[in-house]
This record gives sequence, structure tokens and C-alpha cells, in this order.
Amino acid sequence: MDEKIRAVHYLNQFFAQIGGEDKGGVAPGVKEGPVGPGRALQQAFGGDGEVVATVFCGDNYFAEHQEKAVEELLEHMARFKPHLLIAGPAFESGRYGVACGAISRAAQERLRIHAVAGMDKDNAGSALYRKSVYIMDSSKSVLHMLPILSRMAALGLKLVRGAPVGKPEAEGYIPRGIKRNEFAAKPPAERAVDMLLAKIQGAPFKSEIPAPQFQHIKPAGAIRALSSAVIALVTDGGLVPEGNPERMEPGRPTRFAVIPIEGVDRLDAKEFDVVHSGYDTALANQDPHRLVPLDVMRQLERDGVIGKVHEFIHTTGGAHAAVENATHIGAGIAGRLKSAGVDGVILTST
Amino acid sequence: MIPVAKEVGSLRAIASGGIVSPTGNPELSPDKEKEFRRDLILRALQSLQEEVCE
Repeated sequence: MDEKIRAVHYLNQFFAQIGGEDKGGVAPGVKEGPVGPGRALQQAFGGDGEVVATVFCGDNYFAEHQEKAVEELLEHMARFKPHLLIAGPAFESGRYGVACGAISRAAQERLRIHAVAGMDKDNAGSALYRKSVYIMDSSKSVLHMLPILSRMAALGLKLVRGAPVGKPEAEGYIPRGIKRNEFAAKPPAERAVDMLLAKIQGAPFKSEIPAPQFQHIKPAGAIRALSSAVIALVTDGGLVPEGNPERMEPGRPTRFAVIPIEGVDRLDAKEFDVVHSGYDTALANQDPHRLVPLDVMRQLERDGVIGKVHEFIHTTGGAHAAVENATHIGAGIAGRLKSAGVDGVILTST
Repeated sequence: MIPVAKEVGSLRAIASGGIVSPTGNPELSPDKEKEFRRDLILRALQSLQEEVCE
């Protein structure tokens, strides 16, 4: 592409110089040319690109009317026939970060243009959009505005020109979870030995596969009155109604199933199946209570030890669960239990 | 599975009756097995009544 690249810049009300938190409810709008940090963006483009317009929206307005805000912003942008959207950087501002991610993805999908957003890697918008949008890691500090904008501009130019994009650590964007084949100078055995030698010598080395990161979880408080508490049964051992009517996956699960147990006193082996590709299910199939202790829970309910057994068993198969899917399944189950007023959970795991 | 539970951030974990029968023990008679299960669940309920720190 020989012509100058036409870029639109997205900013929130603050950076678009409309006003502070008191103007958070401002509806989407547009100004021609660069505004505020857009001037630095223009400088970063040099002669290769032009910031033709700045679109903006109040952070609260965007958060409260996301669909409408996206529609309006896209309309404003389309009039300028841009090749590229640069959104932010939003640093650690959560509402602004989510808006940058959302408008970038919408611009890619609906206007078929390239987009680069910017925000801190811990910004909520990063978790939501890093897989679909190139997000430059801006760090939390606004002091980094200039270098971040120049990296965003450089990546944007590459994308529009179809030039190869380097790895996240080379370009500065947040990893998108994409794996690409590449040739290594040495075979794996040599690389492993090199890594081991470096480790022994106390020299720096870098694992080729990052270990999965587990989120830190705040423990729930203690149950004060067990005799009036609602306790739910959850299992990752693959309990399903006989014949598995919901076709729950026996391995690599992507979802959970729900088994109603109101008025059910025990789990009859004839009415239930256990599907799970990760362990021998024979014993649990013989007596499902070996997996989900409903019989004993009913006893404890009658004896007044607990208040009530929650009316649904939530179940999934835990074999080879990807952390991401498992997190999604867990959050789904937890959300349902929480809104049903459940106080505690016994989760049996195989 | 206790180390796995801890690794992924579970804070209240009770060693179960085994991978293939977490709340059972097929070597016991049905009555004894149910007792075993009740005991296990009571311990789990006990742990739900305790404050845990990270």
C-alpha cells in the first residue's frame, strides 16, 4: 500500500478532553483529526499514516449501553473510511479497557479493518479481548504513553501492510494464545540439556512452554449455622442420567449438566451412568453414591445436621480438562449455586 | 489428588476413598461402606465450618 494509511483513534471522555469522571456519561462523538494523545500518535506514524479522526465515548455510557455505543462509534468511524483503528491506551482503567477491546473487535468484524488496542495486561479488557484483538501491554503508568503509542502505531502499520507480525515479547502485545510452528536451531534434546545446564549453573533460562497460571482464589468464609445451611453436591466424575441424554463429553469437557434431585432419596444405579474417560467407572456405576454421596446427605438432612441438600446435582467430566474450559465450567456452576442461595458445596473429584 | 487440589487453589480438601470411588470403599460391606461415607462427609462439613487462610 503506497498511499498514507488512514487511522481513527478511539479515546474515552478524559483523554478526548471532554471532561473527567463527571463526564463519564457522555454519548459517542467524533472530532476530525487527532486529539490529546492522538497528536503523539500522529507523530509516531510520521509520513506513513494520518490520524483522520478521533472517536470517543464516556466510560460509563459505554459500560451501560455497550451495543448502542459500538453501533454509533462504528457509524462515526465508517464515514472516514479508515484502514486502522487505534484504541487507547487505557492503562489500568477497567471500563476504558473493556471499551477499547470491544470497539476494536467490532471494527475488525464489522468494518473489516485492522485494530490495535492498548491497556495494562491486568486490565479486565485484556482477559476479554486479548485473543481476538492485538492489545499492546501499556503497563499501568500513563508516563509510558509515548513509547506505547509508537509501538501501537508500528504494529498497526504492519497489520495494514500485511507485514509479518513478531512474537508478543518482540512487539510488546499481550499473548493471544496462538501457537505457530517454527524451526529451531537445535533439536529438543539439546535444548533440554542446555536448559538443564543453565539451571545447574544458576544462569537464566526460559521454559519453552509456560506453566499454566491458576488464579488466586479468596477462600469462602466458614459456615456458621450448618443446621440451617443449604449444601450442594457437585462432581467432576461424570455422573449423568442413564443413557447420557445430554451427551455430556466423557473427556475434554466444555460444559456441565444438571441433575434434579428434589424428592430423590438415593441414586439408583439403574437410573444413572458414569461417563468419564479418565478413570475406571465400574465401581461408581455399580453404586453412584461412591461418586456422589446423596444417600448420606439425605440422612444428614433428616438428622438435622445440615439444613437442606440443594435441589440439583451439578456434574461434569474432569478428564483432560483445559484450564480455560474448567474455569468457565466452574464459574458457571458457582454462579448458579450462588444465586440459588447455596451456603456450601461438597465437590467429589476423581 | 490432594496436591492437585492445592495446586489449583482449593483450600478445603479431604482425602477421599480413592480415585475410582471417592465417597466409597468397595472392600467394605454395604453398611460399613455407608458409615465410611458418612464419616467422610462429616469431615467435609466440618471443614466448611472452619475459617481457612490463603
